[in-house]
Amino acid sequence: MSRRTNAWLTGSLARAHPLTASARSITFAVPGWPGNDPGHHVDVRLTAPDGYQVVRSYSIASTGTGEEIELAIDRLPDGEVSPFLVDDLELGDTVELRGPLGGWFVWRPEQTQPVQLIAGGSGVVPFIAMTRAHASAGNSIPMQLLYSLRAPCDAFFRDELSQPSATAPTTWHYTRTVPPGWSRSAGRLTVKDLKSETLPPEQVPLTYICGPTGFVETVSRALISLGHAADNIRTERFGGI
Amino acid sequence: MNHLDGNVLAGPGMGLFAFDPTTTQCQCQSCADIATLGQAMVYGQPMGFVARCRYCDNVLVVIVEHAGQKSLNMRGLRWLRVGDEARNDRISAGD
Repeated sequence: MSRRTNAWLTGSLARAHPLTASARSITFAVPGWPGNDPGHHVDVRLTAPDGYQVVRSYSIASTGTGEEIELAIDRLPDGEVSPFLVDDLELGDTVELRGPLGGWFVWRPEQTQPVQLIAGGSGVVPFIAMTRAHASAGNSIPMQLLYSLRAPCDAFFRDELSQPSATAPTTWHYTRTVPPGWSRSAGRLTVKDLKSETLPPEQVPLTYICGPTGFVETVSRALISLGHAADNIRTERFGGI
Repeated sequence: MNHLDGNVLAGPGMGLFAFDPTTTQCQCQSCADIATLGQAMVYGQPMGFVARCRYCDNVLVVIVEHAGQKSLNMRGLRWLRVGDEARNDRISAGD
């Protein structure tokens, strides 16, 4: 599954469904796709009729050896690529794809360290792949997810993350709006939240953080202040373009 | 300006190396910090990718992809060490 190819592959949109008011799951059929590990990303290239090209990196929500890959894209208001992928791409349309990419932010089932996943907003996508792989491998290594999002309606894959067969429990955290009857008030993750909701340094977890740059900065600094080693923290930031 | 992580260099680095450069260890020429390239801070788009040291901001690597060509500058690295895992990736790439 770690085979790498140097060529741009053509993917055609095979399935799509909305995840939230601003996000969409899109699954491409990609002949020649070599499969991917959970946490890998893919570069997507679009070419305009005048030859202008843009490339963006997206995490892959799916995992395994098939020739289909699922992405989950949030529409960025000022984005150049994401509005097109969320609103305009139709079934059968094609894009160019390069990957799978990035062995650093990957989780492999043979790893033995406990795993803490911390997602900010659409940063949950690589963790969907990791929790899927964890469940399908029947893995007994502890894995848990802390998912920070603005409001309940912003959740990606809520049903999947909440279903009984999920082997990695999810802790939900809301920064702007909480569900009715929620015991906590809305607010950004604090050091105290991270201390109570994540695996402690004594368990020496490998912690993966994915989200907007500011979120990743804040959370990784807080974890270091709680006693986690910098080399046990892996980050994936995404920019606002 | 928001920065990304060294992970994002995996795509642009394809074809430049026989292994995934983002999982390799490297040492900063300026401050001698040793880190995996995936841990670097990357300022990307639209012209290219500039990877800076996570501690001292020294420019480690610059990759520019344009008009079907790539250029690579690595003058900010003292060395780059390819681990067994990356080598395994390379071996399995050939099978």
